[in-house]
Order: sequence, then structure tokens, then C-alpha cells
Amino acid sequence: MTSTTAAAPAPVAKPAESAGGRPSRAVHRKWTEHGLVFIAPFLLVYAGFLIWPLISGLHMSLTSENITGTGGEFVGLDNYAEAVRDPEVWSSLWNTVWFTVLSTVPLVVVGLVLALLAHQLRVVQWLWRLSWFAPFLLPSGVVCLLFLNMILPSDFGLADQLLAAVGLTPEIGWLTDERYAMLSIVATTVWWTVGFNFLLYLAALQAIPAHLYEAAELDGAGAGKRLLHITLPMLSRTTGLVVVLQVLASLKIFDQVYIMTGGGPDDSTRPILQYVYQQGFTGYRIGYASAVSYIFFALILTVSLVQPLLSRRRAEEAAK
Amino acid sequence: MQPPLLSRRRALAGGAGALAAAGALGSLSGCAAPATAAGPGQTLLRYWHLFGGGDGVNMQGMLDDFRAGHPEIALEASTLQWGAPYYTKLGMAGAGGRAPELAALHLARLAGFAPGRLLDPFDLDLLAEHGVREKDFPTDIWRRGQVGGKQYAVPLDTHPFVLYYQTEICEKAGLMSGGRLKPISGADDFADALRAAKKATGQPGLVTETLGPDCITPWRLFSSFYAQTGGTVLSADGKRLALDDAKALRVLEYLARLIEEGLMVRRVDYAGSIGVFNGGKTAFHLNGEWEITTFKTTGLPFSMTRIPALFGTAATQADCHSFVLPHQADRGGAPNEAAHTLVAWMLKNSVAWAEGGHVPAYLPVLDDPAYLALKPQSEYRTVIDDVALDEPAWFAGSASRLWIELGAVFSGVLTGSRSPRNALTEAKARLRTLLDTRNPLPGAAS
Repeated sequence: MTSTTAAAPAPVAKPAESAGGRPSRAVHRKWTEHGLVFIAPFLLVYAGFLIWPLISGLHMSLTSENITGTGGEFVGLDNYAEAVRDPEVWSSLWNTVWFTVLSTVPLVVVGLVLALLAHQLRVVQWLWRLSWFAPFLLPSGVVCLLFLNMILPSDFGLADQLLAAVGLTPEIGWLTDERYAMLSIVATTVWWTVGFNFLLYLAALQAIPAHLYEAAELDGAGAGKRLLHITLPMLSRTTGLVVVLQVLASLKIFDQVYIMTGGGPDDSTRPILQYVYQQGFTGYRIGYASAVSYIFFALILTVSLVQPLLSRRRAEEAAK
Repeated sequence: MQPPLLSRRRALAGGAGALAAAGALGSLSGCAAPATAAGPGQTLLRYWHLFGGGDGVNMQGMLDDFRAGHPEIALEASTLQWGAPYYTKLGMAGAGGRAPELAALHLARLAGFAPGRLLDPFDLDLLAEHGVREKDFPTDIWRRGQVGGKQYAVPLDTHPFVLYYQTEICEKAGLMSGGRLKPISGADDFADALRAAKKATGQPGLVTETLGPDCITPWRLFSSFYAQTGGTVLSADGKRLALDDAKALRVLEYLARLIEEGLMVRRVDYAGSIGVFNGGKTAFHLNGEWEITTFKTTGLPFSMTRIPALFGTAATQADCHSFVLPHQADRGGAPNEAAHTLVAWMLKNSVAWAEGGHVPAYLPVLDDPAYLALKPQSEYRTVIDDVALDEPAWFAGSASRLWIELGAVFSGVLTGSRSPRNALTEAKARLRTLLDTRNPLPGAAS
């Protein structure tokens, strides 16, 4: 796995390289040398809390299991067939994808812009970093209640007050009007989580060697050219990572919607995870909820597999 | 002096000791908890309910009174979160057979609660010993507690949808006579009253929750008026769709017209609707009777009455809080008797419960002078004969999928995002889906 080798400290990387060349010796090594003994506790947790639930959930999705753990007759692919025909599945899946599209773009762009600004601003840099990253430290419940009760209420909320200050009094139902509810949730999410992307970009910016800029400057490249031809290309790997992490995070939207609109108005913001929750916990249908989860899981898996494929192709093209 | 470092051996020994201790505790709570949690000679009675807010205060007060009079019973009451989380928890406890002795349940949810497997039946002889008999209840409500000839739920109250009115505004609009709201007869009459109220305040005459998370008032609104037309949503056995298009459209088009004419606040969530009415902006408010405590606390000049008959009869949407015995693998003996004792005591003392607005289901209380003195609570007590509970289906009842899903659909009519016809089509589609879905908790008795 690329991720494990990337995360591993340097000394471990060497045996991994040589292991490819001499497999026979590697196999006969004691298991402590492979580090298995050290990762055993993690493997146990991984197996118990990820692998087993995955298998168990897949099994449940083929049964009529209910919330009380009784029922559980094998029904084959019935749940899946029902889910494919269920318009609610499609509408909530669409809401999830729409939220992902709406939120990913600003989260990546705003994160990048903030990082560029913080990187340029040499005065009290810690303050910029802190203030842009701080919201990310808050729990989702706090952020949602803040927006729900102070910023978005029509009439007396901060958003309407700001509009009133510039002479507009539209009294917008930020969370109660279908035209604005999803956008309000997107705005809340951007404010709350952009700090994380900002941090990734900032770290990447600081890793760009200064001599590149010096050389470009000597060649007479202006600020715009330096940004286009040095900064952005050097950030492309980070951008790939940020986009994929962001898409995955956005697809998993639940808290904000659950707290702020409950999926309304008229189910217009209800994401797929909330539908799973409704089927499983309000409707007691764990089997069906599992099937819908697995359909969603397939979507997430596809998205997370596309990124490594794309970046590999890019790396291969670069190597040519 | 430094403390001796913790050796690995010692840490392991300590850990093992802790594990053993935890094991011992575990076994205690598994078998002998009743004896330890209750004092010597006492019977432990565990009771789960979902009453928060004003209801919670009333319930706590009643439980304290019960404790004072019954030193032989160690009553342990748990207040759990209202709605879907409560029913999930109650179901799981019953499925494990290790449920509390007594619990609260909305009567209309009984059909979906697997009586016989998740719930145990009441011992009617035991209740009769405490003076509680079938004849003490309205027949329909009592019967709704039965499945397969056994009594699985004993109703405590009815909590109907009612009409709140702001007396000062209604006075100004000429809608009062003799300190009460003049009778309203029919849909046009009600619309006229709203117009008069609008003239008096310059604001829409009526406010009720039209949107928001798990918004169910639009369903209550529809259900009340639709029941007045004599229509039912499902067949009497809860197995087939019985929605009458013409009657349903009459109701939905009426509601849409009120909104379009600006007689009703278009976009407002639950808390907002309370705020608007409390702020003296509208003359009328439609809601469950339980908000009485809110308006009494704020000192709003208000009263309340039954929802007028706009479409024929004076039926109104309601559900009933009831007591159930969650399934215990070894139900019986003193704890079970204690549960019956508490149920009978609560019914007989339900004047205190009626303070929260609910209409007691135990008929002798309805004639109690103490209850009759409760104003405006006793004003709408006759409603108990006209309440429309959902037909018995596994997906119906308070906080059920039926309420939440149709609440969302009818919310669209009130906010203007769906036409009445579109909402009707969608409601029927959703009801058909629910009917086609197998009951996930099939009960032994249902």
C-alpha cells in the first residue's frame, strides 16, 4: 500500500525495498522482524471494528434484520432491488452528490487562497493561522447551533442584519426555503472545515524550495507568473490529496443537515446517510438500511479508487 | 522519596484484579441488581418514559408523590429522549428480555411494537384489584390497547390537536362573545374569522409549524381536517390504502388557499410558531394541547378550544400516552405487581397530569371537581370522544415514519413548493411504499 510506505519512517522503507528483490529470505524471517508483533494490537482492533462489521453489514443487507436483532430471514438481493427502485434513495443520493459538488469547490479554492495569503503575510502570521484554523476545532454541534441560532435566523440573524445594513430587507428563510437551505449548509460547512485544507496547503507551500522563486525572479518572472508556473504546479499533488479528502468528507455529510434542517424543507437537503438512519432507526429496518449503506459504500469506494488511478497516470506521464 | 516504579508483572496483576472486580460487578448487576439497588424489603420498579419539558416536571411530581405513599417500592424512573431514539431503545430492551418493568408508549404505535414479543400483556385482574376496569375508559381508546384479545396498553390520556386563541386580538376582531370564542361553523366561517383577525393586527391570523426538522404538524393538520370529512387514510385493519382523493384534495386546497391569501404564516418552524403566537402577532395557533404550559408561563392572554368542525364532524388528530409492560424473560412476582400498582395510581391521580393539558383517559377523573376547575384544560375535554388516532399499522403513531414522511410532503403544500394535487400523489406513493414494506417487528400477537 502506498499510504503505509509513505507514512512509515525512513529506516523501515529500506527493508521494504529489498524485500521485493529477495522474497525467499523475507519469508523465513521471524515475525517480530516484520513488525507484526507491534501492529498486532492494531490489527485486532482493525479486524474487530472494521473488517468484521463490514462482513456482518454485508450479511445483514441480505436479510430482513430489524433493530432488535430478531427477524433476520435471508432475503437474497431483495433489499438491493428495493433500494434501486426507491425514489427516496435516489433523491437523497442526489442531495449528497449535490452537496459534495457545491462544497468541494469553495473548500479547495478558499483553502488555497487563505494559505497563499497566510504565506505572504509576514506580520503576526500565527494570528492568521489560528483564526482560519480555529473553527475546525469546534465540534459540529457547536458550529451548527451557532449558525442555526445566531447567524441564519431570518429577521434577527446576523446574515439578515448584514443585508439590512446595506439596505436590503429580504428576510430570507436561510434554512427554511428550498432555494437557500442547501447553500446555507454549504456555507456553514465551508466556514467550519476550510481550516483543514488551509493547513495542508500552507504546509505544502512552505515545502516549496525558495531557490525556485529566486531563479524565476532572476529570469524576470513576475508574481503572477511565479504563482502560475511554480506555486500551483508544485502544489498539484497536495491539490489532488485535498480534493479527494474533501470529496470523501463531503459525501459523508450528516451532522450539519441533521441538526440544522433535519433534511427539510420537504426532504430537499436530506443526505443518503440520513435516509439510512431513518430506515434503520425510525423504521427499524436494519437489513434495508444496510443495503442502502452498501450502495453508498460502493460510490465512496469508486471515488477513492479514482484518485490514486488518476495520480498514477499523471506520474507515469510525467516520467515519460 | 520516589514511589517504586510499577513493574510489568505488578501492572498485569493489577489489571487482572481490576478485571476480576469488574466481572464480579457485572455478575451482580446481571442477577442480583434488584436486591442491591432497592433497600431491604423493597421491590425495585424501573420505569422508562419520554416526558420532557412541562410534562417532565408534572411526571416527576407525580412519581415523587407515589414514592412518598409507597415506601415498599423502590421506583427508579428514567427520562429518555422523545421520539425515534426512545422507541429504538425500548424495542431493543424488550428484544433482549431484560427491559424495565414499566414504560410509556404512544398508543397508535402499539401495532408496530410487536405485542407478545417486545411487550407483555397486563394482568387485568391485578388492575381490577386496584380499582381500574375497562368501563372506566372510552371504549375506542381502551380497545386500541388490545391485540389478540389481550390488553397490551393501558391509556393514560389523550393529547389532541387543539385551537389556541389570543383573547385580546379576538376581542378586537369581534370574534368573542361572553369571554369565549364565538362558535365557528365550517371552513368559510373559519377563513372569515382569520380575515377579521388579520384586519385587527395586520398579520396573518393563524400560525402553526409548517416546516423544520422532523416536522409533523402539517401531517397533524391534514389528519385532523381529513378525519372531519369522514375519510380514513388506511383501511380499518391498517393494511390497505383508503385515502379518498376528493376529500383529501378539499382539505389540501383549503390549506393552500389560506396560505395564498396570507391568512396563515407561510414559513415557520415549531419554535418559531410558538414565538409568533407568544409574541401576540397572530390570533390563532394550531398545536397539541401540551404547549399550554408555555403560554401560561409567559402570561399570554389566551384560551383554547376544540378544533372547530370545518369539514363535517368535529374530529381531531390525536394520540394517547399509555403504559406498557416491556417484555421481560421472567416477568412476574412482586416487580410486576408493583408495575400494576403504579399504573393504577397514575390513572387515579391524573388530575396532576391534566395540568399539562392532556385529557385524562380514566373517565372518573373527568368529573373530578379538581379537574373541572382546571381552566382552560377542562374546556376541551369532550374531545376525547372524537379523537382520530392513526389506523393500526406498524409505521403509524407518534414520531413514526408515517408522520415524518407525510409531514414532509404536506409541509410542501404549506410552504408553496408542492401543489395540493402533487402532494396527494406523493403522499399516496409513500403510503403504498410503507404498506408494501414488511413489518420489521412482526409480533407474536399481531
